[in-house]
Amino acid sequence: MTTPVQDPHAVDTARRHPDLLDALESEALHIIREVVGELERPVMLFSGGKDSVVMLHLAAKALWPAPVPFPVLHVDTGHNFPEVLQFRDAAVEHYGVQLYVASVQDYLDDGRLQERSDGTRNPLQTLPLLDAIEEHRFDAVFGGGRRDEDKARAKERIVSLRNSFGHWDPKNQRPELWDLYNTRRRPGEHVRVFPLSNWTELDVWRYIAREGIALPTLYYAHEREVVERDGMLLSPGDWVHLGEGEESSVRTVRYRTVGDMSCTGAVASTACDVEAVIAEVAATTVTERGATRADDRLSEAAMEDRKKEGYF
Amino acid sequence: MSTTTMSTEQTGAGTASTTGPARTGPTTGTATDGTAAGPVTPTLLRLATAGSVDDGKSTLIGRLLHDTKSVLADQLAAVEDASRRRGWTGELADLALLTDGLRAEREQGITIDVAYRYFATAERSYVLADTPGHVQYTRNTVTGASTADVVVVLVDARNGVVEQTRRHLAVAALLRVPHVVVALNKIDLVEDPQRVHEQVAADLADVARALSGAVPPVVPLSALRGDNVVHASEETPWYAGPTLLALLESLPPARDLQHDGFRMPVQLVIRPQHGARDATHVDYRGYAGLITSGTVEVGDRVTIAGSGRATTVAGIDLDRSGVQRAEAGLSVTLRLSEDVDVSRGDLLAAGDVPSPSDSFSAVLCWLSERPLRAGSRVLIKHGTRTVQARVTAVRDRLDISTLEHEPADQAELNDLVRVDLDLAQALPVEAYLTSRTGGAFIVIDPQDATTLAAGMVDDPERP
Repeated sequence: MTTPVQDPHAVDTARRHPDLLDALESEALHIIREVVGELERPVMLFSGGKDSVVMLHLAAKALWPAPVPFPVLHVDTGHNFPEVLQFRDAAVEHYGVQLYVASVQDYLDDGRLQERSDGTRNPLQTLPLLDAIEEHRFDAVFGGGRRDEDKARAKERIVSLRNSFGHWDPKNQRPELWDLYNTRRRPGEHVRVFPLSNWTELDVWRYIAREGIALPTLYYAHEREVVERDGMLLSPGDWVHLGEGEESSVRTVRYRTVGDMSCTGAVASTACDVEAVIAEVAATTVTERGATRADDRLSEAAMEDRKKEGYF
Repeated sequence: MSTTTMSTEQTGAGTASTTGPARTGPTTGTATDGTAAGPVTPTLLRLATAGSVDDGKSTLIGRLLHDTKSVLADQLAAVEDASRRRGWTGELADLALLTDGLRAEREQGITIDVAYRYFATAERSYVLADTPGHVQYTRNTVTGASTADVVVVLVDARNGVVEQTRRHLAVAALLRVPHVVVALNKIDLVEDPQRVHEQVAADLADVARALSGAVPPVVPLSALRGDNVVHASEETPWYAGPTLLALLESLPPARDLQHDGFRMPVQLVIRPQHGARDATHVDYRGYAGLITSGTVEVGDRVTIAGSGRATTVAGIDLDRSGVQRAEAGLSVTLRLSEDVDVSRGDLLAAGDVPSPSDSFSAVLCWLSERPLRAGSRVLIKHGTRTVQARVTAVRDRLDISTLEHEPADQAELNDLVRVDLDLAQALPVEAYLTSRTGGAFIVIDPQDATTLAAGMVDDPERP
């Protein structure tokens, strides 16, 4: 694997007028800088997934040449793609940030959480996340959520208040006016901050191309043993066991999202570089969560329910 | 300093032929100076919709998303399924369901809060703030309008211009949204749509005159049938204008209404010192912020509003690369040649530098359940500075349809009031009339930290 960030290609000195990516980048830098300027103990959620990689790149850019002044937090389901964990550690090293890990496995081991019957651990991340926020007294938590991902996220503010239980009250949100963010809160409350709110999946990929940002290799087409289940291509292993009558086969696939390995599906793809991925995403007919997340197919309001309880 | 602030768009006006299927990848374009440019991405346009109950706003948004191919197969399948369950018998699906958000909204058939939608064409990417028409009307409309480049106001062809339409236009005028476009919906339900179109255009001209605003263009359309939304309709041979999308594609960018003096509120002082990962940056000192108006070039003289001290821009940094010149809308880090006292909250400015004021008058849109009375102590966030303030007087209330003044000595939820403010520390405010960024502020409750009001500076230097 190469280093997480290649040298950004040179920007012409006579810079052109701001385009979409300039506007989205400038908005994100502005948001990150406001939080650093106004809050004491921010933390950034970082999984090694593409949105969090872009967000950390933006944080480094917002503060350059000073180092990123806050730690990153990985809420670890224990169901990881090995190459993503490796990438996570290399990125943390590259940016010189401190990594905290909130481990779902620890909670399962000592009984604070129980495994779900469907095996997915994404919904189990909420408790370790909230405990980590409380333990480290984080007052702002940067998340890579985008409003185009889900209808509950479409209602989310850029700076969004969580009460002392970590809960989100979508019916009672602060109005967000101009670009004047209200980051104030009472003791025990914290804010979630979403610098990528206005980005779409295609914007993220175009930005990855423009900035030359490296990603875990599984975002690009590769050969992998997969089993097709409910229309999704899952990777058999410790957490995905072949059922009766199921057969695995080696296919050329890539991942559009990276999450709990037991419920994150690959898509058939031959897009082996960033330009090919952009072309694929531009022409896609299915949303990234619909294509690759079994847990988001649970119900019309799966994300809304998780978010209200404090999920990211 | 250059006085050019307008961005020139890649697209010209009236490009109706370019409104076809969207979600294309990067295209190769030609720079505005005629030289070949590398791959370009579209520009960003922020719009807000304003409608009343049952005027078909959700259907119109659904139609825009659907006909620009921004709705993907799994989303459409979910909506088709939901449409069938609710007894929908029309062709396609009930596109209004595409904008359903929270469970309570689906259950009650209402929209509770501002939701954000995304669609794109080859030329532009759109961020659409979908603001509910009835619950917390003013609060939501003001929120949507505050960031909008364009407000799309819906008018039901069966009802014509009504009280609610006047309110939408008044709020857009008050917030100084650069463009207003009227979508005359449901033309399939009236007998003589051409006459209705003429009547609505004439009525809107009267409203605009009363508000001293520009007369908005009126697009006759049917969101239900898709007429004149993205695709031109054959049902309206009498209408020679653009479709709604073609009109949005052709709008010039929003900064025209902003004065062109350079302004940058300082967000952070960047001083890596010994934390620098590169030893050459140990002595680096830069001032990070978003340029809110004007342009800045290396060598420009800039003033720290407040102290009034002037200094010279030694460098403009964007990440690891320096640039010669940067314009409004970009987040940058400036290096200054003299060692001056600048910190977060300061404003760097050039041109007609605003002088600090600790006493000014403003219009507040009151967003809290708790009424505002004279004497209230509040916090004000303007630019990157938050200061204590006192509302010394509530002068009068603005009628939300006409913006005319009526007597009042307090403000209730959703009221627009004119107030006098005294500040504990002076702020370099500007009249909202001359600057949408230099004249805007929010009012925060010092006790529970909620956002109480949106504020617009009326007279920056009240005697």
